[in-house]
Amino acid sequence: MRLISQIGEWFDRRLQLAAPIREAAEHQVPRSTASWFYVFGSAAFTVFLLQVVTGILLALIYVPSGSEAWSSLQALNHDVALGWFIRALHGWGSNFMVALVLIHMVQVFLFGAYKFPRELTWIIGVFLLLMTLGMAFSGQVLRFDQDAYWGLGIGASIVSRVPVLGPAMVKLMLGGPIIAGATLSRFFALHVFVIPAILIGCVGLHLLMVLKLGINEWPMPGRIVKRSTYINDYHALTQKDGAPFVPYAIWKDLFFAAFILLAVAACALYFGPFGPSGRPDPTIIQTVPKPDYFFLWLYALLSLLPPSLETPALLIGPVLVIFGLLLLPFLSGEGEKSWRRRPIAVLTVLLTAITLGEFTHLAGFTPWSPHMNAWSGDPVPDRFLHGTTALERQGALIFQFKQCRNCHSLGETGGQRGPALDRVAVRLTEDQLIRQVIQGGGNMPAYGDNLSPAETTALVAFLKTLHPAGQAPARDAARGIVLGDGLKDPSGSKP
Amino acid sequence: MSNETMLTRRGLFMNIGILFNSLVAVALAVPIVRFLLSSVSRERQDAYLAWVPVGSVSEFPEGETRLATFRNPYVMPTDGATVNTACWVRRVGGDQFQVFAVNCAHLGCPVRWFPQSGLFMCPCHGGVYYRDGSRASGPPERGLFAYPYKVENGLVLIRAGELPTPGAASAALDGKKSTCA
Repeated sequence: MRLISQIGEWFDRRLQLAAPIREAAEHQVPRSTASWFYVFGSAAFTVFLLQVVTGILLALIYVPSGSEAWSSLQALNHDVALGWFIRALHGWGSNFMVALVLIHMVQVFLFGAYKFPRELTWIIGVFLLLMTLGMAFSGQVLRFDQDAYWGLGIGASIVSRVPVLGPAMVKLMLGGPIIAGATLSRFFALHVFVIPAILIGCVGLHLLMVLKLGINEWPMPGRIVKRSTYINDYHALTQKDGAPFVPYAIWKDLFFAAFILLAVAACALYFGPFGPSGRPDPTIIQTVPKPDYFFLWLYALLSLLPPSLETPALLIGPVLVIFGLLLLPFLSGEGEKSWRRRPIAVLTVLLTAITLGEFTHLAGFTPWSPHMNAWSGDPVPDRFLHGTTALERQGALIFQFKQCRNCHSLGETGGQRGPALDRVAVRLTEDQLIRQVIQGGGNMPAYGDNLSPAETTALVAFLKTLHPAGQAPARDAARGIVLGDGLKDPSGSKP
Repeated sequence: MSNETMLTRRGLFMNIGILFNSLVAVALAVPIVRFLLSSVSRERQDAYLAWVPVGSVSEFPEGETRLATFRNPYVMPTDGATVNTACWVRRVGGDQFQVFAVNCAHLGCPVRWFPQSGLFMCPCHGGVYYRDGSRASGPPERGLFAYPYKVENGLVLIRAGELPTPGAASAALDGKKSTCA
């Protein structure tokens, strides 16, 4: 025991770190901050450390080369002992880290912790969020598979829309005129050197300021932040009702961090690593690229925005959001901290969460994408064919053969890009059906060039049968009067 | 009186030292920036904008659209399979062709051709194009990118060494038959 303390003293005489470390550990924090709501930041940091360790382990095998990356991931998954588990830890770690950073940010926002004097802590936190998302995207690129390849293409298409500089920025991003080996190499440099270095630096500053400025006290409704009095009030609070950070508050951080690490490991063990999906060979075009979980909302947004709004939204939207986040502590640096008295803050969080959640949910089944194999794979349900004429059945065949099914569902199967056609005859008369098929419109291509008159007749004959048993199809009343057969034929079909 | 405003000998040396370092930094910045921007410079443009064959004319029946592949004219040792690219070749008739990039004009996903309905469909966000590449429906703001092409010695050649993106100069991707031999 004496030997250990002697060795310790020998080092401390040279390093002189024991005193500042003890001071940092035992600094007084308000008792109210020893809360389970205050554990997300340290948990995010713990997962970051896990990412550093597993990232270094992966780099022992992974080859950042366009020709070998994919095979080296296969080797990690299948040949190297527990390589799959390290990959799974790293992949799930990234999901957890994005989630924890977001939860931490929401907590800080709702607790008013960004207000005076912690503005700069928040601003660096915003950069930490951006760096975390940058790590997530560049990490997805390093999993150099089909999703990564086409994901880069989507990134390039977005970047190219920047006025004037766009095409040059694409080449800078890709490291050349196409997505190739140089692209992977530069994303490797970003993911492994550049962004982690910035992350570590920002985390250091972030933590330093937490130490210097103190942990945000639990917000009480009515306890207003004023620049002139806050620092004194805070010190009075920590003296009157404070406790040393270690061990009074840190045990909750430790418990939660261990729980999160366990959860990452459990997910890794149970669900396994992410991909890689198919080989990054651009000649294989039978692929449906999809981004990783945390960018699914963007995937949905890009489908649902009107085309004319897309470029402005893509280029101006992120700038506005980032500037808004950076300006937040200056716009409301004083005043009420408690979420109980900040309804707009609570509504903003709820609205953002619901919007992102719903976009992510939609991206799970992509109602905007044609189902590429519906025309050849999905059967026409019996009830739509029962008792139909030869002409109507011919129409059903044309309906499938001309890929109408890729965008229109029948009996809940098929694409959802266009409206479901189970009851289309109730909505459109024969003339309207013919017009819609031949001229398209309302986001449907025109089929006039591609259907012979006989095919159109058969197709429309089939579409006219698509109405519920007890409900008559739509008919043009004027047509009946003009042709003099309206009263005789209430179904609206030709005599 | 006030030593702070007076330039001492050591202070002068320090200032010269800072100046010296700044000059070295600027001198080093030139090659560093040039290296970083090498992918943007036009030095390699001749290499990657060379004509590449996608097949002989006889491989493409008149009036039909076929998938063809080509190899990017500019290859780096670590590129692997990424330099092999697909394109849709439509032979309008005779020596008249349209060679479309597989990349959707919306966000670059690979479009697929459906000969039965004469449409290209994109699996990502649902962009649809007619057989001549013009926009039919969905989010794209323009038709498919068409590479410049020419027919020489029975071969169809295209200039396709650059990833087509919506922001690139559209004049280069309107698929006109090249007049220069």
